[in-house]
Amino acid sequence: MREYTVPRVVAKILIPYILLYALYVQFHGDFGPGGGFQAGVIFAAGVILYALLFGLAAARRVVPPDVVRVLIAFGVMLYGGVGVATMAKGGKFLDYGVLAHDPVHGQHYGILLVELGVGITVTAVMIALFYAFAGRRSA
Amino acid sequence: MSTFVGLYNYWIVIVLMMAGLYTVIAKGNLVKKVIGLNLFQTSVILFYVGMGKVEGGTAPILVHGDGAEEVVYSNPLPHVLMLTAIVVGIATTAVALALVVRLNEAYDSIEEDEILEQDPTT
Amino acid sequence: MIAENLPVLPIVLPILAAPLCVILHRPRLAWPLAVAVAWATFGVCCALLARVLADGTISYQLGNWAPPFGIEFRVDSLNAWLMPLVSGVGALVLTYAPRSLAAEVARSRHGLLYGVYLLSMTGLLGMTVTGDAFNVFVFLEISSLSTYALVSMGPDRRSLMAGFRYLIMGAIGGTFFLIGVGLLYMKTGTLNMADLAERLPAVKDSRTVLAGLGFLATGLSLKIALFPLHLWLPSAYTFAPSAVTAFLAATATKVSVYIVLRFFFTIAGVGESLGNGAVREAIMLLALVGIFVASLVACFQQEVKRALAYSSVAQIGYILVGVTMLTVDGMTGALVHVFNHALMKGGLFMVLGCVVARVGGSRLSDLRGIGRRMPLTAIAFVIGGLGMIGVPATVGFVSKWYLVLGALEAGLWHVAAMMLVSSLLAVVYVWRVVEVMYFQEPEDAPEIDEAKTDEAPFGMLLPTLVMIGATIWFGLDTDLTVDVARRTAAMLLGGGS
Repeated sequence: MREYTVPRVVAKILIPYILLYALYVQFHGDFGPGGGFQAGVIFAAGVILYALLFGLAAARRVVPPDVVRVLIAFGVMLYGGVGVATMAKGGKFLDYGVLAHDPVHGQHYGILLVELGVGITVTAVMIALFYAFAGRRSA
Repeated sequence: MSTFVGLYNYWIVIVLMMAGLYTVIAKGNLVKKVIGLNLFQTSVILFYVGMGKVEGGTAPILVHGDGAEEVVYSNPLPHVLMLTAIVVGIATTAVALALVVRLNEAYDSIEEDEILEQDPTT
Repeated sequence: MIAENLPVLPIVLPILAAPLCVILHRPRLAWPLAVAVAWATFGVCCALLARVLADGTISYQLGNWAPPFGIEFRVDSLNAWLMPLVSGVGALVLTYAPRSLAAEVARSRHGLLYGVYLLSMTGLLGMTVTGDAFNVFVFLEISSLSTYALVSMGPDRRSLMAGFRYLIMGAIGGTFFLIGVGLLYMKTGTLNMADLAERLPAVKDSRTVLAGLGFLATGLSLKIALFPLHLWLPSAYTFAPSAVTAFLAATATKVSVYIVLRFFFTIAGVGESLGNGAVREAIMLLALVGIFVASLVACFQQEVKRALAYSSVAQIGYILVGVTMLTVDGMTGALVHVFNHALMKGGLFMVLGCVVARVGGSRLSDLRGIGRRMPLTAIAFVIGGLGMIGVPATVGFVSKWYLVLGALEAGLWHVAAMMLVSSLLAVVYVWRVVEVMYFQEPEDAPEIDEAKTDEAPFGMLLPTLVMIGATIWFGLDTDLTVDVARRTAAMLLGGGS
């Protein structure tokens, strides 16, 4: 795709907005439709679009595969960590109510962190899948 | 007649489901098998979503203000369940395609009969 | 914190350790963590069993949401009894794994393999502990997906096709299960198992519920490898890495059997209502045919792993025959056999792993002269094999005893006779291996010193001997297994609404 100028310029303009929109979907998930799954896929789509237009090597410089691997694990651990924290504070597993003095705030923090974990893992998994398939030398 | 028209959503589900299952069983090409499997799994998503629809119901997002009590919502639970099923479907497809890629590298073919020719004991 | 959250810990521990293994990546770091967590999980499961035996059923509400709305974990004597088995075998095989994997899988992938292994264990434990029908599907897929990956990591390119076949069959089975759960939900409006059990009797004869149960039965039959839906199993067990095979053979199908019991006895109560129905007889017939066909096929295999895999299909038949007798003794036999077969088959596959690590293969011709070269390993195989036949003082005898007793109690003389005759087939396929091990000389290695032994590394041998030793221990001391199984059988048959 190196010779196509128009898609590359358009992508350069669009990618920041795609990533921003992903963050909006992620953090607006408390108040309306949205959440980690959708946001993760949108965010990953931004990175994958970059890789399609500027090459896999460039994308790997921006988001190195080792970082992706750690992020996959980190998201799951953030999710589980919230659960462990609630147990440590005397509640049931993933009982967000005990996270803050006011249960409503606790619910808010809990779902925010859990969705963040989901978002991080989904983003990383999608990018990892793309790397795994695109990086394979064709036989 | 009412069984055909009134339950049309289930007919669609069944047709899709059987088309998918048939593809999985009958096709020798491994990628086609994966596509069939996808179709099969997607038909189940349609089945659940159809099940959760309440006649005249709207999206299950809380409405405030006048007439809020009269608003009928669709059942959100099947939709939530299908969010999980979609993720499972993606994961299955990803693992399946990864295996097909590896098989193609190992046997230089993605046709089941050609692979079996090279390795009859599998 | 630990005491009140006991039911959820068997899930939380391995699922948090799995990503840590992925981050650590190096086998030298990931393995100790995985082993420590697996044994900790086993400890928690044992504590859970002790608690259930002392105080009765435990219910745990995830996120403190009340049961019909939130997900409930519900532990009674049926699943409490299975969990130490799954986690114990999982931990023991994991202890054994690194030396065995060294011979079969590239070292760079070991760290990831441990992570996936823990995920598979999480899925199996989750299926057992949960009290929510849809949650079963989620955990089923967690365990299945990780299992496909584990199987296809085998040393040989044929493992890829075995993994792919398993994936197709497993995904179809899982989706059938999902359709079944959907149909039940449609009619009852609930996914909580206890709630389902309450509401199903009222709508038991509706076509939706019957179709739902039919889908559940088909999907689960694929998962437990009921003859003739067993086609994925032999290749998957043969070509997977030996340690993975040992773990899968001991746990995966057993947990699916548990799901069958859960859905068809405690939830639907079909066990009761189909008392003399055609479905029951059809399943019993399939199970009996499966025992004979699979045992017979096992007798003609050159690859010992494959012979044992076919024997697993036959053993599933024994378990289902016991279940479909609908007598307390038969059910006790089936439950005890779930436990005993896990120990025997896990142990036998671990023995084969030891052989593969030393000799490089597990075909009959590779086993020549093993009796002299690896005496302890060979004795372990003989003991495990005696268990498969059902010789007294091994676990195999205990389960066959109760199965035959159950058949006699139900007046099924021909079934009892068939089970005894089928044991003779087990004699054949076990004897073929034993003969090769002790009475045939290796052709191409005359230079081996007569007195010198060449056992597998200690780290592999010890877990193998522990597992095989357990088959004798539980064959002699049947208090724990049979007592719990009998209580559970009475609960399943009596409390099946």
